[in-house]
Amino acid sequence: MTTIIYVPRDSAALSLGANEVADAVVREAAARNLDVQLVRNGSRGMLWLETLLEVVTDLGRIAYGPVEAKDVAGLFDAGLATGGDHALRLGKTEELPWLKKQTRLTFARVGVTDPISTEEYTEHDGCQGLKKALAMEPKEIVEAVVASGLRGRGGAGFPAGIKWRTVLGTSADQKYVACNADEGDSGTFSDRMIMEGDPYVLLEGMAIAGLAVGATEGYIYLRSEYPDARLVLTTAIERARSAGWLGSNLLGSGKAFDVHIRMGAGSYVCGEETAMLESLEGKRGIVRAKPPLPALEGLWGKPTLVNNVMTLAAVPFIVDKGGEAYAAHGTGRSLGTLPYQLAGNIKQGGLVEVPLGTTIRELLYDFGGGSASGRPIRAIQVGGPLGAYLPESKFDTPADYESLTAVGGLLGHGGIVVFDDTVDMAKMARYAFEFCAIESCGKCTPCRIGSIRGVEVVDRLVAGKNRLADEALLRDLCDTLTSASLCAMGGLTPLPVLSALDHFPGDFEKA
Amino acid sequence: MMHAIQEELGFVPHEAMQRIADALNWSRADVHGVLTYYHDFRTAPPGCHVLKLCRAESCQAMGSEQLEAHVANKHGAAMGETSADGELTVEPIYCLGNCALSPAVQLDGKVHGRVSSQRLDALLLQAKEQKTNGTGS
Ligand SMILES: Cc1cc2nc3c(=O)[nH]c(=O)nc-3n(C[C@H](O)[C@H](O)[C@H](O)COP(=O)(O)O)c2cc1C
Ligand code: SF4
Ligand code: FES
Repeated sequence: MTTIIYVPRDSAALSLGANEVADAVVREAAARNLDVQLVRNGSRGMLWLETLLEVVTDLGRIAYGPVEAKDVAGLFDAGLATGGDHALRLGKTEELPWLKKQTRLTFARVGVTDPISTEEYTEHDGCQGLKKALAMEPKEIVEAVVASGLRGRGGAGFPAGIKWRTVLGTSADQKYVACNADEGDSGTFSDRMIMEGDPYVLLEGMAIAGLAVGATEGYIYLRSEYPDARLVLTTAIERARSAGWLGSNLLGSGKAFDVHIRMGAGSYVCGEETAMLESLEGKRGIVRAKPPLPALEGLWGKPTLVNNVMTLAAVPFIVDKGGEAYAAHGTGRSLGTLPYQLAGNIKQGGLVEVPLGTTIRELLYDFGGGSASGRPIRAIQVGGPLGAYLPESKFDTPADYESLTAVGGLLGHGGIVVFDDTVDMAKMARYAFEFCAIESCGKCTPCRIGSIRGVEVVDRLVAGKNRLADEALLRDLCDTLTSASLCAMGGLTPLPVLSALDHFPGDFEKA
Repeated sequence: MMHAIQEELGFVPHEAMQRIADALNWSRADVHGVLTYYHDFRTAPPGCHVLKLCRAESCQAMGSEQLEAHVANKHGAAMGETSADGELTVEPIYCLGNCALSPAVQLDGKVHGRVSSQRLDALLLQAKEQKTNGTGS
């Protein structure tokens, strides 16, 4: 009998030696004359347990973790093939509380299936959305997305359906779908995990988007920091074409949609949609003024639907199960689920897909298990480098768009970076300016020059020679950045700076 | 195209700029603009090994600064520089998408998570040994 063993190929798992674990499995199985089939799956998202090895038994899938290559022989000795007992045995994967408490709509298949197997994708409900979309009018698809309440997951939270309507309403000889896979925010990795763990769901989402807005060409703008995602996507695109999920004849319908990958080159601001379009055209990724909206004049001047990976990957579920099924989760105007990402100084870091509106405290403690260092959590940054720093007193805030805005923060791409009580918040404020200076596209003076001034002013403030005047200067500078920047790079840098100053004033008064 | 050249040579030499410009029907200044705008492109050859240290927030929360200091002290390459023996180039990178396993580094293209000073020493040693063996075979 063949024993099926899963070892993730997710790059987070690889960063802890998953390939070495996989090699050891093959070696040990051969040495024992065991018939083992090794499957390289995506990650279940319990990244602190990587490498998480699973074996298929009569009881279901049994998980072991964190496994290192040196543990593998011992696991086989303990009867791994039948789910034998071992210090690293965690139990049935599906029953692990961390997974069981989640609502996995977008991430339903990630970690479960072989990411590049078209058979497994279809067996696990894949392509159902595309099938339905092919039988629908473009307008019906768009209205399903409107009804779902899905909002842009790339940062700005703009209602996806409304943007789709705009692109559908244009007339042009060529339209495009541009998928933003630049994922530059520190503390985020959900785009990466889906591209590596279930690439077909993104391709299916893009094809549905193409049908909905009348585009036949799609581009994925992928950051250069993600070479593994590039490999998986490249293979997936080839296989999807052979399977008729992409190409000139989608599932035999005669309708066309194809996808191409373009690589970024390590620039944060290229995640801004107009800079991304410039970069996709091969130019310097400098922010364009809006209007014209990309929806009307995007790639090569043609109407272009720009959406984040998570936005597009949510679409197959919505079209298959209906907008209402998605909108049944979440709260207020923040509907559906969000794959939150727990990062930084966190004991149980990883990916948690739960309904929008889950509180920060639940995420940090119920899922995250507190800090990695065991010290008290002092601050978190939600929503990437342009997101606010929040103190413990705000941890009961529901992590949805409106509630976070109400406490002066933003949800962004759903990443939460945790800091313990050794953090120096003045340093973090300084870094926010430094990052802005490094990444500024250079178009606006406040962003290009003001950020460099900002670093100096924070240094002077901390030195403490003229505290009142320097603080006034800092706030003034932030006002200018907020009001005179073309995009959120300059416009939102004041958010981490001022939230650090307002919530942790003591850190600026050390001198 | 510039991606391909850098992949081949490890950097995009000044001499190549004119040829890229001709091929794309751009001016040399345009090519220069693109090359210097993106962090990924180098215009000088790197050391034998390239270590990219993540400087972004999540890795800072887990001690990336100490790691940076360790590399400078012990391996003689400060951020953005190449060690005197030409062995190691250290470059900053802003998030590798491995933030649940911070601090993260990329050594010769391969990402490593939860990198302590000791683990980094071991990784560098291993890389050097592999290179020596590699050239022998
Ligand atoms: C400086 C900056 C960086 C950004 N980086 C990203 C990114 O990495 N990924 C992304 O999807 N959106 C990013 N955005 C947001 C995009 O401009 C755009 O709103 C988004 O791609 C639209 O897709 P959505 O509506 O599906 O969110 C960034 C915006 C700014 C101002
Ligand atoms: S705010 Fe900064 S990054 Fe944005 S357009 Fe202006 S200079 Fe460029
Ligand atoms: S912040 Fe270092 S890997 Fe994301």
